[in-house]
Amino acid sequence: MSEVLLRVTDLVAGYRPDLPILHGINLHVGAGEMVTIVGPNGAGKSTLIKAVAGLLTITGGHVEAMGHDITKVPTEKLGEAGIAYVPQVANVFTTLTIDENLRLGAAALDRPLAARRIEEAYQRFPALKSHRNHKARALSGGQRQMLAFARSLLCAPRLLMLDEPSAGLSPLIVQEVFTELRALMKSGLTILMVEQNVKAALAISDRTYVFAEGQNRIDGTSEELTQNQEIRAIYFGNAGAGNSASGDS
Amino acid sequence: MLQAIADGFMSGAIIALGAIGLTLTMGILRFANFAHAELVTAGAYIALAVLWLTGAFMGPIGPFSFGIPMLLAMVVAMAGTSVLALTIDHLVFRRLRDRSGHMTLVFGSFGVSLVVRMIILLIFGGAATYYSNELQIAMRVVPGLRIMPDQLFVLGLTVVIVVALHFFLQRTRLGLSMRALAENPELTRVNGVDTNRVIRWTWIIGASLATIAGVFYGLTIQLRPEIGFHLILPLFAAAILGGTGNVIGAVIGGLIVGMAESLSVLFIPAGYKLAVPFLILLLVLYLKPTGLFSGSAGGAK
Repeated sequence: MSEVLLRVTDLVAGYRPDLPILHGINLHVGAGEMVTIVGPNGAGKSTLIKAVAGLLTITGGHVEAMGHDITKVPTEKLGEAGIAYVPQVANVFTTLTIDENLRLGAAALDRPLAARRIEEAYQRFPALKSHRNHKARALSGGQRQMLAFARSLLCAPRLLMLDEPSAGLSPLIVQEVFTELRALMKSGLTILMVEQNVKAALAISDRTYVFAEGQNRIDGTSEELTQNQEIRAIYFGNAGAGNSASGDS
Repeated sequence: MLQAIADGFMSGAIIALGAIGLTLTMGILRFANFAHAELVTAGAYIALAVLWLTGAFMGPIGPFSFGIPMLLAMVVAMAGTSVLALTIDHLVFRRLRDRSGHMTLVFGSFGVSLVVRMIILLIFGGAATYYSNELQIAMRVVPGLRIMPDQLFVLGLTVVIVVALHFFLQRTRLGLSMRALAENPELTRVNGVDTNRVIRWTWIIGASLATIAGVFYGLTIQLRPEIGFHLILPLFAAAILGGTGNVIGAVIGGLIVGMAESLSVLFIPAGYKLAVPFLILLLVLYLKPTGLFSGSAGGAK
């Protein structure tokens, strides 16, 4: 088994300490894997990512990243733990320019390294460079997502956590975003992603966790889950229509 | 008319300096701090206390009514007011920020403003006082317009401060972090920014600018414990007129409010002058609640 980059054990967390949304979540993400979390609205998918990112109150269990306990690590130290997080919405600063967004993402680095990483980001996402002095509010949904990816990669994370990267994007742009995610994975990045588009998620990821009511109900390789009768019935309309039905949950 | 415009410009510069700090705290800390105007009073009186302690050991500089000790006193007062603002934040606002809603913070700031004002009254008394007994002779600039050298100093230094602050917000990492925090605190933290450090610097910058505004008020008008009480409405009118969180907007808002106050006495009895910022505030909230420059360049937002 490959090195485990993230291990979540018996996690209880929520927006309020007295009102937990996650009730004992267990999951792990191995180095080089792309792991997806799917499930109905309110299942606790985004809550899990936010809890790992230190944005919510954890009242039970613990989170380990690269072998270190990060259960109580504040959000601003997430980068030092080797983790980057891209929120679902409001994932770029719309009142700042593209260049300023990237400078902020590299704020923890010393200036020469920050300048080098920003230049590398522009080489990877050339469309951003041509708009570098434009406000991020002028970007399309897909371009914003690329800027969010670019910014999150500046501190060279080992694990990238994404909260519904396809949310609000047209099918064509979703394809572009997922193509970029595949490229990032090939470059050695480990990805943990929450996704509503189950069909697309199963197609792209190595393993998938299915959440329901704050607990992980089913998990397995994407191949196993694609064959799972329960999953097919819930997400693909009927047991035999896996290739034709919409994958949106 | 020309004199009223010039006077409005001068008082507008003081309002602008106070409004910058207010708009920064409103944009970044997301609450209307009614105690901010008391930082203006506190800054002015701390400078006076430093002057009392050190004495005016050198004469005035050139045509101005003040000398080097006044400028040193202002710098010491900026540090003192910053410590006061940080202490208030630590003892009151941070606790309320963590545990309660915006309205509790606003009411808390009312309480803090009363406490600060009463302490100043207790220490310095209620009588009006001055930094210097030097008499200033107003210079005739053009027919119908006379300006005192101290007023020109206030205007010149205000321009320098606004340009420097704009440069700071646009070009430095801390300035960038402040603008980011004003837009999205959660995403700012995700980017690895220590938001508590940014908040501390917001208080220091706001309190320092409030001190300068208070010292300028004392230099060009007089020192009274009610400086803050009289400035609170103009400061809010300027900050809201300029768009919450927008520094350049606050400066323009300050100049508009100062000018409106000054020109109003040409048409209405001087006693009603204080109502002008209130009217501006009402008009802005009614016609364009987001302010004239909301979301535009050049500010914390």
